[in-house]
Amino acid sequence: MTVGALGLLAAAVSTAVFPAVAGATPSGSVSLVAYSTPKPAYAALIKAFNATSAGKNVTFSQSFGASGSQATAVANGLPADVVNFSLAPDMNKLVKAGIVSAKWSATPTKGMVTNSIVSFVVRPGNPKHITNWASLVKSGVSVITPNPFSSGSAKWNLMAAYGAQLALGKTRAQATAYLTQLLKHTAAQPSSASNALQTFLSGEGDVLLDYEDDALYAKSKGQAVSIVTPPQTILIQNPVAVPTKASNPAAARAFVAYLLSPAGQRVWGKQGYRPVLPKVASQFKFPTPKKLFTIDSLGGWTKVNTIFFTPSTGVVAKIEQGLGVSTSSS
Amino acid sequence: MSPPPAVDLGVRPDGPIPNPFAHGLRRSVGRWAGPGLAVTYLSLLVVLPLAALVSKAFTSGFGAFWQAVSQPEAVAALKLTLIASLIVATFNALAGLVIAWVLVRDDFRGKQAVNAMIDLPFALPTVVAGLTLLSLYGPDSIFHLNVADTKIGIVVALAFVTLPFSVRSVQPVLAELDREVEEAASSLGATSSVVLRRVILPGIAPAMLAGAGLAFARAVGEFGSVVLISGNLPFKTEVASSWIYSLSQSDQLSAAAAVSVVLVVVALLVLVAIGLLRRRFDIGESV
Repeated sequence: MTVGALGLLAAAVSTAVFPAVAGATPSGSVSLVAYSTPKPAYAALIKAFNATSAGKNVTFSQSFGASGSQATAVANGLPADVVNFSLAPDMNKLVKAGIVSAKWSATPTKGMVTNSIVSFVVRPGNPKHITNWASLVKSGVSVITPNPFSSGSAKWNLMAAYGAQLALGKTRAQATAYLTQLLKHTAAQPSSASNALQTFLSGEGDVLLDYEDDALYAKSKGQAVSIVTPPQTILIQNPVAVPTKASNPAAARAFVAYLLSPAGQRVWGKQGYRPVLPKVASQFKFPTPKKLFTIDSLGGWTKVNTIFFTPSTGVVAKIEQGLGVSTSSS
Repeated sequence: MSPPPAVDLGVRPDGPIPNPFAHGLRRSVGRWAGPGLAVTYLSLLVVLPLAALVSKAFTSGFGAFWQAVSQPEAVAALKLTLIASLIVATFNALAGLVIAWVLVRDDFRGKQAVNAMIDLPFALPTVVAGLTLLSLYGPDSIFHLNVADTKIGIVVALAFVTLPFSVRSVQPVLAELDREVEEAASSLGATSSVVLRRVILPGIAPAMLAGAGLAFARAVGEFGSVVLISGNLPFKTEVASSWIYSLSQSDQLSAAAAVSVVLVVVALLVLVAIGLLRRRFDIGESV
């Protein structure tokens, strides 16, 4: 049996329920390149995978960092057998570079390995009574959210805010006006989600907009924070793929199959991520927002990136510029 | 002024007596091997990467370069960075002088410890420096000094990372300074302020300028220590290095290279200008 045939077999199995890679146990090393927040989750997942019959002979080299930088690194030649990013456009960077197949999203989970939502992280006991998006722009409330031009997490946050306004029946113009108010109340825009959490934990701001999984992790580590689930928020979807040029595709596919299996999804769930398999998700008690919308309901990432996040001309760039000019002269 | 070339009398106080036959060959090899090695090393580590940076900045032509550096975000970030770096270089030149003076001229317990501490900002990962500064001078400041998310915060972070340059460039020169000249000036009736202005400052000004130049060049490119305490608010407290990072994250590497080229060129101009100024000072001293 050739390596290619092995890969095909593994690919066929990967859509099945559990990686019972019959007769062919993958081995060797898999290089995992992922965005920064799932690092602790992967420690647990790899341990669990190594305990399965498919994963017992597989070793891992792991690289974690800001989603955009990781995608750029792989596009520039960083070897990767499994890639996991915070948002789909980073995966599309690799499609453009010819490293990931354009059909990466043609899987039962649409190419996604985990879900999460945008949550509010507040001081213990919620002293500023943050309950909904309107309470973020009350006077005296200061918000921390990363810089949308360097952080994928910030884009999720701002689109959650924007989409929430639409869900509340506001017009697009009113939703944009809300973004202006929100950014006006923003005390700091750190360069990444992890810097933003550090900034918040060092005492700045009343509310941090954050991935729910990241907030749950901080809380599980004993940080003094409370988590508030917004009534309307965005469903964060994190893509995974095995590059076409993976050096160990058999083991890589077996690992991804495990990540997407009920067992793997349960580990994700325990680590604070919302499982992408509805059956597994229902076993966890994640809070249910009144209205949960997706990036596709706002037009999809390609359109959203162009309209909102183009430097100089995008909606968010214009808002930031307006705010910067009005306050720097004072 | 450089010292006059020493006349080679063929007598070398240290080392073996040279073999007169091998002399010429070894000398010419020696003369070229050193500079050759230095130039090669410099090329690999400094010149080539900088050339690649410039070429990256102009991959899409001058129009794209100009668009990248004249974009409002870039202009705001560059302006903030250059002004903050200038303030820091100036301020630290003075603070560095005071610290160097204390270390050279005064004796006190723990002087060696203080002396060793000066270089620590070099050793600290800058993002740790940023976190430390944020906890000391942020919202939970034990001194009740909150400079987080302000331009003052940026200056504080830059002052921290550039202090070693300012102290270490002045310190050795100050130590070498001939104190008899100061004493002579005093005994001839010069007040201490005149001694400082006419005797000491001319002697150490070139070193102070060199320190300020290095501090400035370091400050324009600083990222880690600044980005946490500045709040990184676009158009308000976002420094150039952070904007460059944003560009690189949103897949605009040539724009990132273009803004970097501006920083490199400004730093180069400042270093060259300081070199010229130092030369003038040196000549002024000898006249």
